[in-house]
Amino acid sequence: MCRLAAITAAEYFSPMENIHALETMKEGHDGSGMGLMLKNLGGFAESLKDFPVLSGICSSDGLKALDEYMKVNGFREVHMWAPRIKPVAGIDKRDCYFAKFYDYPPAYRESPWAEKEALLTGTRLALREMGEADESIVVFSFYPDVLTLKEVGDPLALGEFFGLEDGRLKAKIILAQGRQNTNYAINLYACHPFFIQGFGTMTNGENTAFVPIRQYLMSRGVQGYTGYQSDSEVFTHILHYTVRELGFPITYYKDIITPLKQLEIETRPDRDALRLIRQSLRMLVIDGPNCIIGFTPEGDCFMVQDAKKLRPGAVGGVKGKYAFMSEECGLDRAVPGRDRSLDIFPMKYDFVTVPMGALEVKVWDQLKGRTKTIS
Amino acid sequence: MGPVKGPDKNHQLTLKELPYIIRWRDDRCTRCGRCTAVCPLKAIAPEVRVERVVSSEGMVPAPKVTRRVVSVVSQVNDIDRYCTGCAMCQLVCPNAAIEPEFNPEHKFLHVKNKGGDAYKRGGRRNDPNPSTLDMLKFTRISMLTDPALDAGRHEFHLRTYLGRILPPKDLPLKAGGDGRLVVDKGADVFVPPVRQIYPIMIGSMSVGALSPPMWEGLAMGVAYLNEQLGMPVVMASGEGGMPPRLLKSRFLKYFILQIASGYFGWDEIIRSLPHMVEDPAAIEIKYGQGAKPGDGGLLMSYKVLNLIASIRGVPMFVDLASPPTHQTKYSIEEAVAKMIISMSMAWGFRVPVYPKISGTKTAKAVLNNLARNPYAAALSIDGEDGGTGAAYNVSMDKMGHPIAMNIRECYLDLVRQGKQNELPLIGSGGVGKKGNLAANAAALIMLGASAVSVGKYLMQSTAGCLGDEHNRCNLCNTGRCPRGITTQDPKLYRRLDSAKVAERLVDVFKAADTELKKIFAPLGRSTELPIGMSDGLSVGNKEIADALGISYAC
Repeated sequence: MCRLAAITAAEYFSPMENIHALETMKEGHDGSGMGLMLKNLGGFAESLKDFPVLSGICSSDGLKALDEYMKVNGFREVHMWAPRIKPVAGIDKRDCYFAKFYDYPPAYRESPWAEKEALLTGTRLALREMGEADESIVVFSFYPDVLTLKEVGDPLALGEFFGLEDGRLKAKIILAQGRQNTNYAINLYACHPFFIQGFGTMTNGENTAFVPIRQYLMSRGVQGYTGYQSDSEVFTHILHYTVRELGFPITYYKDIITPLKQLEIETRPDRDALRLIRQSLRMLVIDGPNCIIGFTPEGDCFMVQDAKKLRPGAVGGVKGKYAFMSEECGLDRAVPGRDRSLDIFPMKYDFVTVPMGALEVKVWDQLKGRTKTIS
Repeated sequence: MGPVKGPDKNHQLTLKELPYIIRWRDDRCTRCGRCTAVCPLKAIAPEVRVERVVSSEGMVPAPKVTRRVVSVVSQVNDIDRYCTGCAMCQLVCPNAAIEPEFNPEHKFLHVKNKGGDAYKRGGRRNDPNPSTLDMLKFTRISMLTDPALDAGRHEFHLRTYLGRILPPKDLPLKAGGDGRLVVDKGADVFVPPVRQIYPIMIGSMSVGALSPPMWEGLAMGVAYLNEQLGMPVVMASGEGGMPPRLLKSRFLKYFILQIASGYFGWDEIIRSLPHMVEDPAAIEIKYGQGAKPGDGGLLMSYKVLNLIASIRGVPMFVDLASPPTHQTKYSIEEAVAKMIISMSMAWGFRVPVYPKISGTKTAKAVLNNLARNPYAAALSIDGEDGGTGAAYNVSMDKMGHPIAMNIRECYLDLVRQGKQNELPLIGSGGVGKKGNLAANAAALIMLGASAVSVGKYLMQSTAGCLGDEHNRCNLCNTGRCPRGITTQDPKLYRRLDSAKVAERLVDVFKAADTELKKIFAPLGRSTELPIGMSDGLSVGNKEIADALGISYAC
């Protein structure tokens, strides 16, 4: 099992808060890797919000090829953040870790957002393809106001390795995953969280329906539905498909991946629509055990469980700061001063959301189709 | 000069030519006559012989020859009266005095063409080897990293869809406020009818091919499964219509009406249309059958008695041969599409209409045509191991295509087009051939079938059909079915109790349901059928593994 630690807050905070929370849940991950995904960047990046950030790892040669590619394609680098690496035993340093902020190519500067977004996704995929064979270029995300960092190793050690305690890197939403390796060979593309066009998710669990889901997604003809080194990457793409491609309200993500039973559907006010969705999207039904934590482009964070509830997950916090954790001890570390009696342990019908700003928690009940707000 | 006079009986068969040889025990036989009476082909007969007995009495050997007249049961060597190995003689013998024994050295096919009449029979392809489906294993067992589900505790959704499913982007949905979607009734979108059914369907076996108690037993079992157990099992009628009372009953919704090239039974169906209180589950247009590709249906005259003649609207005692193809159909692009539309129109587009074809290398061409036809509700493919009530032996044994690869190729073709959830594939032909109903069904589903269809297995398991792949019995075409399953002769079918057939059908589906859960639970699937979950399958043959795109494990 992996361990997940997500925090959303009204104020900027350091990813070390997530890492410390992961440390408390160490029995659940084996230190085989960590992924960090930051959204709504603060600190030095607060003034760079409009510029897409390319996050990745390169060899020296890979970096040259990457820079050349970006230059040829009209991207102008406006800023580069790189971690101040401190050698730590057990972590093999790679040549270059980076987050590069770019200005759009001149031809795109006035383009509609959809075109810009397609350009960013296409560029990320092209870079990925360029460096995939020799692993000279690994790119995790290319999007405004989102930064991703991944490496093999123990999360706390990686925090030190990346020098995250220096306080330069801050955000209002941070997803962190402490990895439990079940894929035998460690591939950075298999490391959560995953990202596509504003949607980021990470998952604790296994996906037994991976093959038909992957085939279904890959045959949608949607840019970016590729890769799938991890069976959990499909959860991000299903979310994107639900909200972006189909235009459904986000709660239907739960109805798609963990649908109600036939008789239960009849109790929902939107049953006519649900019946059609159940038929049409049956290939995207997951079969757990899964706990999925993620964020939307608008900055809403959520946690959703599969119907059989075989993976742990808890949500709790105070006004202005909420955490989504695999375990209660992670919550205690991230938001120690909260009222624990208000903690939420999402069950099979619950879709728990904390809207941007972290002022309240909303629990959507799949069975009734109603939302309860806890503030 | 004429031929040299040979030994007596030179042009007669020896029993060694025959597929089954009767073992009869004089010492056990009480000469009750039950065996000779029950034998469907009169392959055994009472015979009177003179027996020479040598005996000696007293202290000193003094052999004395006497002759006595004895009655025996002997096997005849007439090819028209060959022993089929049905073993009804053994069943009725009170003293275990008789049984047929399979003769692996027989030359049955060398001689079973008397009068130039090519051998016809019922049953299934005579190949006792395991099918590809039986070679597939379920190897991706969820272990510690992804806990297996509990077949006894978790809820399982063993259901599938029959009908054309709209892709999500075509769904007529709109925002209804409050974060809800509603169906946009004003949208100009045809939402095809879709039935939620149990993934094991009862394949087409006609009233006519089956005896009244057999068909009635299956129908009763289907009603019980649906109404008492909540298992939406559907049953296809086969060609030949259905009893009018059933057509007008509320039970019609559990049945798929088949229309085939002879259109038998459709007069009655059309006449019943205004009186129907329920729609049928679906309409199946039969273009082919796995057991006899390229052949039409065949109901031989001995089975066309009063009931069948009236349902089918034909005289009694005539051979009812459906043409190999629908005579009015000249192209899939136009004619098949028109037939699908016509059938859809008859029920106001409320009933799924799908074609059934025999397994063939050209299945993908059919599939691609149907994939483009928004009214085609499914494609049913019947593989070479499918059964039939009557066909030429050569068609059954040598014609057709294995179902596993046909389904796999078609599914992957749909995946390439992104239509894997739009046009359900129904696989059949040899499901349960070796008794592994649930395992074969699960394997086909994981190769890409949305549902499977089964017939022969059900006759064997619900009514004790004697047929097997050593050509045992297989008399379905003759009307002399010794179990009373495929006959219209009241003397034979009164042996069969429809209530027992229904009870057995329920047993079979309940057991298969448990077994499917026992397969899917360790694979970690319960919420949805593992359609196309090919990573769960392996086979111990590299070439098969490569052909099916699954893993090799040994």
